[in-house]
Amino acid sequence: MTSGIVAMTIISGIVGVGALAGFYAKSRRKMDLEQWTVGGRGFGVVLVWLLMAGEMYTTFTFLGASGWAYSRGAPVFYILSYQPLLNVVAFFILPLISDVGRKYRLQTQPDFFLLRYGSKHLSALVALVGVTCLLPYSQLQLTGLGVIVEVASYGAISRTLAMFIAFTIVAAFVFVSGVRGVAWVSVIKDVLLLFAAVFVGIAVPYIYFGGIGPMFAALAQAKPHHLTMPGATRDLGHGWFISSVLLTAMGFYMWPQLFAASFTARNSNILRRNAIVMPLYSITMPLMFIVGFCAVLVLPGLKDSNMALMTMVRKTFPAWFLGVVGGAGALTAMVPAAIQLLTSATLFAKNLFRPILAPNMTDGEVGRLAKLMVLLLTGCALFLAIHSSLSLVSLLLIGYAGIAQLFPGVVLGLFSKRVTTVGVFAGIAAGIGCTAFLILTGRDPYYGLNAGFVALCLNFATTILVSLVTTAHVAGFEELMPVLAATPETAQGRS
Amino acid sequence: MKRPSLGSLLLGLIPFIGGCLSVPLWDRVDPMVFGVPFNFFWLVCWLFLTPLCLWGAYRLDPPPSETPSERGDAQ
Repeated sequence: MTSGIVAMTIISGIVGVGALAGFYAKSRRKMDLEQWTVGGRGFGVVLVWLLMAGEMYTTFTFLGASGWAYSRGAPVFYILSYQPLLNVVAFFILPLISDVGRKYRLQTQPDFFLLRYGSKHLSALVALVGVTCLLPYSQLQLTGLGVIVEVASYGAISRTLAMFIAFTIVAAFVFVSGVRGVAWVSVIKDVLLLFAAVFVGIAVPYIYFGGIGPMFAALAQAKPHHLTMPGATRDLGHGWFISSVLLTAMGFYMWPQLFAASFTARNSNILRRNAIVMPLYSITMPLMFIVGFCAVLVLPGLKDSNMALMTMVRKTFPAWFLGVVGGAGALTAMVPAAIQLLTSATLFAKNLFRPILAPNMTDGEVGRLAKLMVLLLTGCALFLAIHSSLSLVSLLLIGYAGIAQLFPGVVLGLFSKRVTTVGVFAGIAAGIGCTAFLILTGRDPYYGLNAGFVALCLNFATTILVSLVTTAHVAGFEELMPVLAATPETAQGRS
Repeated sequence: MKRPSLGSLLLGLIPFIGGCLSVPLWDRVDPMVFGVPFNFFWLVCWLFLTPLCLWGAYRLDPPPSETPSERGDAQ
C-alpha cells in the first residue's frame, strides 16, 4: 500500500502544478467569451502549435495505442499511418480555413458554416454533430484518468471513484482557465509525456528481452499472426486499415476544437509550416506500440487492455516512477478533456441554443450558459465512462466516424462554388444517419470497411447529387471566401 | 493563401500512397529492419518522408511574401 501512496502523491503533485500553471496563465487576462474560447487572436506559432499538438498527445495516444497493440496487434498500426497523413490534409485546407476565420473574426466551427452557407439551421446541425461526437472523446479522457488512478493506487481507489475525482478536477480546470491557460499546461504535459514515452518504450523491452529486436523476434515466434493485419482480430484487415486511415486523416481537423484553433493562428503560413514538422511529433507512437507488444508476452490475460501500459510500468519500475508516468498520463487526459469540454459547451450555447431557441440572449448570458454546459457535459461524459467497457481506441473511432461527416461540407465549401446549403445539409444528415445505423446495429466494420468511411462516401455522394439539383442562393458568398473569389493571378495580396 | 497547385497536390498524394493505400505490399514481418517488423519500420519511415513531401509542396507554392524566383531551386 505504501507504493500506492508514493505513486498517488507524485501524480497529485504533477496535476497540482499543471492546474496552478493554468490558473496563472489565465489570471493575467480579462476573460470575455472570445478570450475564453479562442484566447483572443494573435496566437503565434508556439501557442497554435501547443493547442494542436496538445490534441495529438491524448490518453488515446498514451493508453489507447499500447492497449490496442496488446489486444489487437497489427491493426493498431493504423494510428501510425494516419498521424502523418492528417498533416497532409491540414497542409492544404487549414490555411484556407484560417484565412476566413481571421478575416471574419469567427470563433467556432459552426460560425464557418454559417458564413459559407448562410443557414443558422445548418450551423446548428454542425454544432450538434460536434457536441455529440466530442462526448465519446471526452469520455475517453475520463476513462483514461480512471485507469491511471486505479493502477497507480494498486486498486485502492476504484475506477468509478477515480473518474469522479477526475470529473471534479477537469470541470474546475476548464472553469477557471479558459483556452490560454490550458494551452500552457500542454507544455508541461508534452515534455513529461515525451520523457516517459522514450524511457518506458526503450527500457521495458530492454529489461525483459534485452532489446527491441529480441522482443519482436520473440513475439514473431510466439504469436506469428499478431504482427500483421488482421492481427488478433478477425475483421480488421487491409480494407479496414485503408478506410480507417482515410477517415481519421480527413476527420482530424474536423474536430471543432482543432478547426477553431486554426482561427487563432496569426497568419496562414504558420499552419503550413506546422503541418510540415508535425509528423515528427508522432515519434512517440511507435514506442507506445512497443510497450503494448511487450505486454503481450509479459502480461498475458489482462482483463482490460486499456490498463496494459500502466500495469507494465507498475510491474517494471519503482513506485515513484509509476507516479511520474501516471502524472504525465493524467495531464495528458486533463488538457484535451478541458479543451474538448470548453469547445463543446461553447458550441452548444453559441451555435445551437441561442440561434434556435433564444435569439435575444446577450453575450454574457451565452458565456454563463456555456459554463453551465461544461458541468452538464462533463457529467454526461462521466456517466458514459462509468457505464461503458469499450476500449479507448474504439471510443475514438466512433467519434471520428461522426465528426468526419463535416469534411465534405468544409472542403467542397472551400473549393467549389457549386455546392449548396441544402446539399451539405442532406449530406451531413445522410452521413450521420448511416454512421449511427451501422454502429448501433453492430455492423462496424461493414464488409471489411470502417463504417464511418462507408457513411462518408454516402455523404459525399449525397452532397454532390443534391447540390446539382438545387441552386446556391447565398448572396455574395464568393466574396466571403477568399479562395473562391480569387483567381490565381489576383490572390497574391491575400495571406 | 491561394488554391494549392497541381504539383503540390501530387506531392501530397505520395504519403497517402506510400503510407496507406499500398498496405498489401508492405504488411509483413520479414525482413525485419533494425530489429523491428517490416510494416512497423515502413510506417516509421513515413513519419520522416511525409515532412519531406510537404516541404516540397511548400517550395512549389511559396507564401505570397516571398518572391517565387528565390524558391524552388534548393530542392
